[in-house]
Amino acid sequence: MKLIVCVKQVPDTSGVVAVKEDGTMDRAAMDTITNHDDLAAVEAALQIKDATGCKVVVISMGPPPAEGMLRELLARGCDEAVLVSAREFGGSDTYATSQILAAAIKKVGVEEDDIILCGRQAIDGDTAQVGPQIAEKLHVPQVSYAADIQVEGKTVTVKRLLEDGYMTLKVQTPCLITCVKELNQPRYMSVGGIMEAYSKPYAVYNFETLKDDPLIDLDTIGLKGSPTNVYKSFSPPVKGAGMMLEGAGKEACEKLVALLDAKHLI
Amino acid sequence: MSEFNSRDTAAFKGVWVFCEQREGAIMSTSYQLLSEGRKLANDLGVELCGVLLGHNMGEGAVKALGGYGADRVYLCDHPLLETYTTDGYTKVICDLVAEKKPEIFLIGATNIGRDLGPRCAARLHTGLTADCTHLDVDVAKYKEFLKTTSTIDVDNTVFEENTNLKMTRPAFGGHLMATIICPRFRPQMSTVRPGVMQTQPYDEAGAAKTVIDRVAVQLSKEDIHVDVLEVKKAAKKLVDLIGADVVVSVGRGISKDVAKGIALAEELADALGGVVGASRAVVDAGWITSDHQVGQTGKTVHPKIYVALGISGAIQHKAGMQDSECIIAVNKNESAPIFEVASYGITGDLFKVTPMLTEAIRALKASK
Repeated sequence: MKLIVCVKQVPDTSGVVAVKEDGTMDRAAMDTITNHDDLAAVEAALQIKDATGCKVVVISMGPPPAEGMLRELLARGCDEAVLVSAREFGGSDTYATSQILAAAIKKVGVEEDDIILCGRQAIDGDTAQVGPQIAEKLHVPQVSYAADIQVEGKTVTVKRLLEDGYMTLKVQTPCLITCVKELNQPRYMSVGGIMEAYSKPYAVYNFETLKDDPLIDLDTIGLKGSPTNVYKSFSPPVKGAGMMLEGAGKEACEKLVALLDAKHLI
Repeated sequence: MSEFNSRDTAAFKGVWVFCEQREGAIMSTSYQLLSEGRKLANDLGVELCGVLLGHNMGEGAVKALGGYGADRVYLCDHPLLETYTTDGYTKVICDLVAEKKPEIFLIGATNIGRDLGPRCAARLHTGLTADCTHLDVDVAKYKEFLKTTSTIDVDNTVFEENTNLKMTRPAFGGHLMATIICPRFRPQMSTVRPGVMQTQPYDEAGAAKTVIDRVAVQLSKEDIHVDVLEVKKAAKKLVDLIGADVVVSVGRGISKDVAKGIALAEELADALGGVVGASRAVVDAGWITSDHQVGQTGKTVHPKIYVALGISGAIQHKAGMQDSECIIAVNKNESAPIFEVASYGITGDLFKVTPMLTEAIRALKASK
């Protein structure tokens, strides 16, 4: 049994947002962190590893500096890391990203009893699409919004969050599960782990590595191959100093609620 | 599904809305989406269709979709569709899309819609935009929208004229808005943030006119690889300050009647679908448990709405909430520092203002 965890390095939301000419985000100009939901997926994998002794492979698509994040995850206890990085992959939307990651996962190899774990969504795009799209491209069942995962042989029981409760689902491996950050509390790196992190297997998959996979077609990957394109991107009007409402009665409250409604906040 | 070609854009026509049901009851998001879809269908001069998957759905529920704008309802009735499964729903929907070829397909961005949408888009080889908050096909209407919601100089900007669906969504926690198009593939798919689109009034005549198309569902147990063991409604809401979209916090201002102050905050949080937070003063006084604490030594939150009731706004508190999308402050003292970061402020007694605010929100929600 092996666990493959997809992780993304994302800009720190508390930092400054920079945008490039083509409307995509200028990631290089921002501080980066490991996406929160993905850390929960890594921790879930490490807990399963603690219980079963299986192998954990982390995989990330991104620019070369993402290596730092992958080394940190190796230091937490993951066994192998793969960085998927190529100029041809840049600017991919969720569809193109999932094609590339699915091809990379196939290259790592998906066995009968393997589980692929992803975060529910990344804080930069907030789409929650890549996980399910990878599952579709790999033809494996998916369970999203996992708040509890129990593995018993080839059977996985997952508590899947709904807005107003949860569903308990049973699925057979190989399968893909997307995790929410409420699933667990990620562990820290250990000193021993950091020492070992640089001697663990680390691979870079570029366009050459993956190009023979039928999913990798220059027409369906990267900025040009993505089905969706940015038509316009813009900033909301600058937040003013705030607005004091006249009076403190029913009228003021109703006015406030109307303002919130107009801004689609409620 | 085998001969389906998503690139043949000219072959696609009509606007579709996925009408989500849970335990036989249609979700309100479906009505919001139908109302929005109606406008798009009118702009394009095409039919609006609701797609309803379930088992033994009541006639009234199906007709209601017409009352909110659907010209036609594709009713997919099958025992295996009673409860949502990714596999079952994806197969039935993709088969139907491949056969009927809609140009636009809207899905509510609920936990279920966000599971279903990407799976379908990947199978259909088309684009999907997540959690949209505004949709246009008409460029002139899109420009009007930008005039009030963006810093773009609309009159001096070139816009490509087309009838592609312009899907606008917040990116990066609302710091940036992006309008996405899917020009080369069909259907143009979009999940839409629940609560954003306005529900139009129910139209009795529309309900009577709706055509109900019963779809011959091709689905067997072998198509579904997930077993649903249990569906359960949560009994008690856990305190999830960080994940909450709305936080209603109380401060020292509740000291006059602590129990009532907390109860009022709970009611307001309940009306807004959020959780109750607190300042350090309230936690230190033992009025509420520390898992509610917002601030430098508590939790840092950035919800869509943060309501500060009777919180003066010490720097330690502000550090934990000032990045919230919208901050509403209610405080007796008009020079309280909380008003420096508030988007909206009311100077008044929280014991009087809070119930009125809760009332106004409930009234608005009831009208939707």
